Amino acid sequence: MARISGVNIPTNKKINIALTYIFGIGPTRASNICVKASIDQSKRVNQLNEDEVTKIREIIESNYAVEGDLRREISMNIKRLTDLGCYRGLRHRKRLPVRGQRTHTNARTRKGKAVAIAGKKKVTKG
Amino acid sequence: MARSVWKGPFVDMTLIKKAQKVSDSGRKEVIKTWSRRSTILPQFVGLTFGVYNGTKFIPVSVSENMVGHKLGEFSPTRIFKGHTTADKKIVTKNVGLKNE
Repeated sequence: MARISGVNIPTNKKINIALTYIFGIGPTRASNICVKASIDQSKRVNQLNEDEVTKIREIIESNYAVEGDLRREISMNIKRLTDLGCYRGLRHRKRLPVRGQRTHTNARTRKGKAVAIAGKKKVTKG
Repeated sequence: MARSVWKGPFVDMTLIKKAQKVSDSGRKEVIKTWSRRSTILPQFVGLTFGVYNGTKFIPVSVSENMVGHKLGEFSPTRIFKGHTTADKKIVTKNVGLKNE
């Protein structure tokens, strides 16, 4: 059992992979952390001893915003934009793409699943 | 890509002069401007700009956390009031048929 920054308990995987299960840590940061803590990256989480785990914990705590803190930071940034009433804020409010992408087609990630328009006739041949 | 820092923020010179004049006089009046591309500077805080959106001058009163944004961001150029709902369309269609 390795509990790092909250509820993340990835075991049986290599550390550089297991660390990416933490929100806010990707492959790059994971390997950076391993280098800083001077831990062999091919080691598995259950092979780590207590010292190494605490070392990783300290490095993450002192250097990176992670999990709840990061989520709060992100939502605060979005809230700032929506409260300002600027264009990007309006786009967030309407749940549309913020960075100038097209919305005629696509944009499904922001808009959610496509809803069929009721009563729209299909084009028939002849 | 973001603008290079060494260039500093872009603001139209005419806008700076106008803002200077208004803040010197101390009167509260709307500064009409077409310069949507200008960055909001710290010295603009408290002033009110009328930012042109192609048809109208939208009044934008500058607050502290607007600094660094562009004036145009606060004056939307497009109006979208949503599509008509499906049942409304049917109603209008039926009305049209009756008239025929």
